[in-house]
Amino acid sequence: MSKSVLRGLRAAALTGTLVLGSPLGSHPALAAENPIKLGVLEDQSGDFAAATIGKVHAIQIAAEEINKAGGIMGRPLELVAYDTQSDNTRYQEFMRRVLQRDKVDVVFAGFSSASREAYRPIVDQFNGFAFYNNQYEGGVCDGHMIVTGAVPEQQFSTLIPYMMEKYGKNVYTLAADYNFGQISAEWVRKIVKENGGKMAGEEFIPLGVSQFSQSIQNIQKAKPDFVVTLLVGTAQASYYEQAASANVNLPMASSVNVGQGYEHKRFKPPSLKDMFVTTNYIEEIDSPKGKKFYAKFKAKFPSEPYVNQEAENSYLAVYLYKQMVERAKSTKREEIRKVIALGDVCMDAPEGKVCIDPKSQHMSHTIYLAKVGADHSISFPKVWEDIKPYWLGEAGCDLTKKDPMAQYTPSNPPPKP
Amino acid sequence: MDIATHVFSALYQFGDAFAFLVLSACGLAVIFGMMGVINLAHGEFIMCGAYVTAATVHAGLPLPLGILAGTLVSALVGVVVELAVIRHLYDRPLDTIVATWGLSLIATQGTLIMVGSTMAGVGTPFGSFQVGDYSYSIYRIVLFCAALGVLAALYALFNWTRFGVLARATIQVPHMAAALGVDTRLIYSLTFACGAGLAGLAGGLYAPTMTLVPTMGATFIMEAFVTVVIGGADVFLGTAPAGGVLAVVKSVMTSWQGQLFGQIGLLVAVIIVVRVLPKGISGFVLRERT
Repeated sequence: MSKSVLRGLRAAALTGTLVLGSPLGSHPALAAENPIKLGVLEDQSGDFAAATIGKVHAIQIAAEEINKAGGIMGRPLELVAYDTQSDNTRYQEFMRRVLQRDKVDVVFAGFSSASREAYRPIVDQFNGFAFYNNQYEGGVCDGHMIVTGAVPEQQFSTLIPYMMEKYGKNVYTLAADYNFGQISAEWVRKIVKENGGKMAGEEFIPLGVSQFSQSIQNIQKAKPDFVVTLLVGTAQASYYEQAASANVNLPMASSVNVGQGYEHKRFKPPSLKDMFVTTNYIEEIDSPKGKKFYAKFKAKFPSEPYVNQEAENSYLAVYLYKQMVERAKSTKREEIRKVIALGDVCMDAPEGKVCIDPKSQHMSHTIYLAKVGADHSISFPKVWEDIKPYWLGEAGCDLTKKDPMAQYTPSNPPPKP
Repeated sequence: MDIATHVFSALYQFGDAFAFLVLSACGLAVIFGMMGVINLAHGEFIMCGAYVTAATVHAGLPLPLGILAGTLVSALVGVVVELAVIRHLYDRPLDTIVATWGLSLIATQGTLIMVGSTMAGVGTPFGSFQVGDYSYSIYRIVLFCAALGVLAALYALFNWTRFGVLARATIQVPHMAAALGVDTRLIYSLTFACGAGLAGLAGGLYAPTMTLVPTMGATFIMEAFVTVVIGGADVFLGTAPAGGVLAVVKSVMTSWQGQLFGQIGLLVAVIIVVRVLPKGISGFVLRERT
């Protein structure tokens, strides 16, 4: 990052906003007028910032590359970024701002599911077009949204049976107490039951809680074979250190840890020993494409603490958007959705090949099972290729026919026609 | 599982909750109780202590010295803040709320920009021990002892030392104290530094057990304010018994229904106490005495 951009970022971070103009790697051949505007609403401060600053950087890298190579249909890509401060009301404020005042063509927005559900009605209301580049609890069937992150059928249908086979059938869930944790825990419950296991216990932790002595004791009392940790935010991550110092010593499974908050880098070994995570990208993935992406990221942002899966999701989302606009020859959402309906919007991402599913507008992924060792090194005991986001489509969501603009869960599936 | 195991586990959970409440509240209670200043930047003094502790431990210092460094740096920052901001607002207690809140925003965002979004942890020392079916962290016992130690040290400081006598005189009748030759400005500075240092100590003690992020102070704030509100203005007659009562509420509710109910229990306890004892536990005790 050049000094001036860095200074700009600092000043912007101080004022809480950030508008990056077209100078980002602008190409001399590009007409400065008539850019394609991409709104970026991500948490650059607050409780989630550790996991999400990399998303903004990834979008900046992709935009710069695209602009250097001639933009999208000859038009430069302009980023309009605001810091949403890990605050749901900021998302609503800035979503209105980018859609109404800045009149962006597309918005990349959101980390926590609470903030996504806070801004989604606004996107629907103003007929906007948004990408949610984050793993989540699944079930959003909304034509205004494209989701590039992984969902439970990709992360849990692979992870939970593996863990049950390896460690046993008694499962304990420790989850953040909001829509993401509650719905993810419902998925865990469902998959555990389908595989003949049983829930030894469940506890939901309010966001921002950092003291876990009693929860640790509850877990020891329930004697599970492994613990599913769906803890979100930096405060809750204190659990690992406290569980390790109380010598809980149980294997852990998660869809969010390591791949988002790089806890294995932040905590002293061996507090995350035997943590298993399903993720579609983390910087340790040893494939030529993955390494290339990592090298590119580090060249541009040498002080980036970690390149996580959401950074990769955000990076590939910019390229997917470029492809769809170029094929639709338009930035209009309805034209772009006609391209998605063809069912062949795919690309070679750093993780491997990914495609958009036309029924749910979610994405297929290569799912890596990452295991944290006693020294906090990462190994990959298993890789599942081309796992599709099948649940919404099978349950009855078909955005090529009907757009209900709703979120569904296993206990609240789409209405049968 | 026999009764002894249950009793020990209940005691452990009580001690753990008590330590967290008392250590997070002490600094706030000193500054509020002695000076009447409501310090909304309390969490950021805690964060400062934790960051300095972690940084010095990463630099090779043993943990106890790191915690000492965190405490001293926080106290120093407290002196600077008192000289630069708080000193000018003693006649305007409501404005100190806004000023310290602003300071807390600056500190959080400034740390994010200067140090980055996270800092590597230092690891919890001492390991664990086993009682019955449960294993416990030894460091949590250390924290409990530290909380008792802090209360004892504060008692000794304010009752048995010259500084304590002067501080109490200054707080009771500032003009009379000044007329008798007490440098009240210095006393205020030192008292504020003492509160800030206690916050830093809490941060340093909890640094090995927590995520080190710029927003970490916020996780102490609710417990700290709840304890001070219930305790009232006096550190010994207020904070200590309030910590005890709340620790019972919190550990019982949490073991019964989980963390959410533990937090609800704390807040309900505050509402009840504020309704029944508007001046907190210490206000009640002092009124009974007179």
